[in-house]
Amino acid sequence: MHNAIMTSRAPAAGPPDDGVTDEVRSYLAEALGDAPGPGEDYFATGRVNSLFALQLIVFVEARFGLVVEPEDLDLAHFRTATAIASFVAAKRAATDAAGRR
Amino acid sequence: MTGRPADAAVFLEAVRAGATGWDGARQLPAELIREAGRAGLLAADLPHHYGGAGASASDVGELSARTGGVCSSLRALVTVQGMVAAAVLRWGTAGQRETWLPRFASGEAVAAFAATEPDAGSELAAVRTRIEPAGSQLRVTGRKVWVSFGEIADVVLVLGRLDGAPAAVLVETGRPGLRRRPVRDQLGLRAAHIAHLDLDAVPVPRGNLVAAPGFGLSHVAGTALDHGRYTVAWGCVGLAAACHRLATGHALARVQGGVRLSDHQLVRALLARSFVDLTAAEQLCRRAAALRTAGDPEFLAATVTAKYAAARTADSVSRDAVRIHGSAGCDAGSVVGRFLRDAAVMQIIEGAPEVNEMHIADHVIREHRRTAGGHPGHVPVPSGAVP
Ligand SMILES: Cc1cc2nc3c(=O)[nH]c(=O)nc-3n(C[C@H](O)[C@H](O)[C@H](O)COP(=O)(O)OP(=O)(O)OC[C@H]3O[C@@H](n4cnc5c(N)ncnc54)[C@H](O)[C@@H]3O)c2cc1C
Repeated sequence: MHNAIMTSRAPAAGPPDDGVTDEVRSYLAEALGDAPGPGEDYFATGRVNSLFALQLIVFVEARFGLVVEPEDLDLAHFRTATAIASFVAAKRAATDAAGRR
Repeated sequence: MTGRPADAAVFLEAVRAGATGWDGARQLPAELIREAGRAGLLAADLPHHYGGAGASASDVGELSARTGGVCSSLRALVTVQGMVAAAVLRWGTAGQRETWLPRFASGEAVAAFAATEPDAGSELAAVRTRIEPAGSQLRVTGRKVWVSFGEIADVVLVLGRLDGAPAAVLVETGRPGLRRRPVRDQLGLRAAHIAHLDLDAVPVPRGNLVAAPGFGLSHVAGTALDHGRYTVAWGCVGLAAACHRLATGHALARVQGGVRLSDHQLVRALLARSFVDLTAAEQLCRRAAALRTAGDPEFLAATVTAKYAAARTADSVSRDAVRIHGSAGCDAGSVVGRFLRDAAVMQIIEGAPEVNEMHIADHVIREHRRTAGGHPGHVPVPSGAVP
């Protein structure tokens, strides 16, 4: 039952929408000087310094109203704008599912 | 059960007279740490569940300032305990939080933070300490230097590398292979029980890792250092305020040739400038407090800004206070003299001024781009084709 709800609310195949990807890219553009592509790994290219890496987490929390828990701290969730959008969608789906319990 | 801010203020006034002696003895009295815990001075911003007082950012700031106005080494205890507590609260496992946080708040356990190495200070990405898997355990090998409270800490949050990725690990100091070499007679923070730590294949359970490898520097150490900058900033305001009070009092009391020091225009100018700098630094600390409370992502930069200004102010105000005191300021037991030595250290730790300026400039440029809209510096965001 819960699974069904989560599946129906999880992003469909393909890039997640809701404008999250572009919002993240705009935020990054302010820090980096130009917007990274949706799939650009800005950690691998060394464009994000360590102080900003932490700030990015705080931004995601503040802007999308969620809490990044220790177990969420996986580079796979934060290394590209698309990855952040998927992470935000998954967190929201999990919160919605928990809310219905 | 930890106390309320009022208890902390009473406690600090009660111990103030001892601070010069602690500096001279190169140590804090053993019972002082537990007493500080009981008075609610340690990790006060931890939630009640973990033995903290659930203190707000501004309460923690006031506590740090009050402590900084009494003794920089005691303030360093508040800072380090707060740093490690913040990192464990934010990124630790449930088990790590339950094990350590109540003990940090009570002072039952003393925490230390070991990032600096002989070849990695301002540039912590250069740390070489190795954290290596060994069966079900990890082994930690490296040299850490200038660890505040490293001499007496029960647990040290160590920054190292695991498979090349920055990683942070809690190392209990009772473990084999850990040697502590106390540092003595350094310029300032003389009672902060500083030690160099040699780690030789120190075994720790895997469960002592804080966050996944890859996040040890940016997130775990980053959270600790941000918290440290915040309490150092407020501590510097408290230090500067204490120096300013002493300097003003001395200028009003000291008379030579029938003229009070406070009647010399140049002395009045010093007092005025110190007041302005002090007030400005305090307001930057309040701004950092407000952004922290609001969860605004720019709180990190605001905290660097506050630390930068407050450390500089502590340095200049304590220097002027020594000057106004004349030879009395240079005497062995001089309080302003002690604060001047401590202030020199505060400029360097948690980011030297030059390093702070780089981070503040990053913030300036981000803000410019955010608000430039179409003007020079504006960054267009082309709608991204999926790669
Ligand atoms: C009393 C005391 C307590 C300490 N406690 C701790 C602790 O508890 N834990 C811990 O891990 N460390 C601790 N430290 C170490 C402290 O954090 C480092 O000393 C500090 O980070 C600076 O590193 P460094 O000494 O290697 O100086 P360096 O990195 O060699 O820098 C020396 C100077 O060079 C300049 N500089 C450096 N980088 C730049 C740059 N990018 N641009 C321009 N100028 C630059 C600055 O003026 C700086 O002050 C402590 C130090 C002291 C003195």
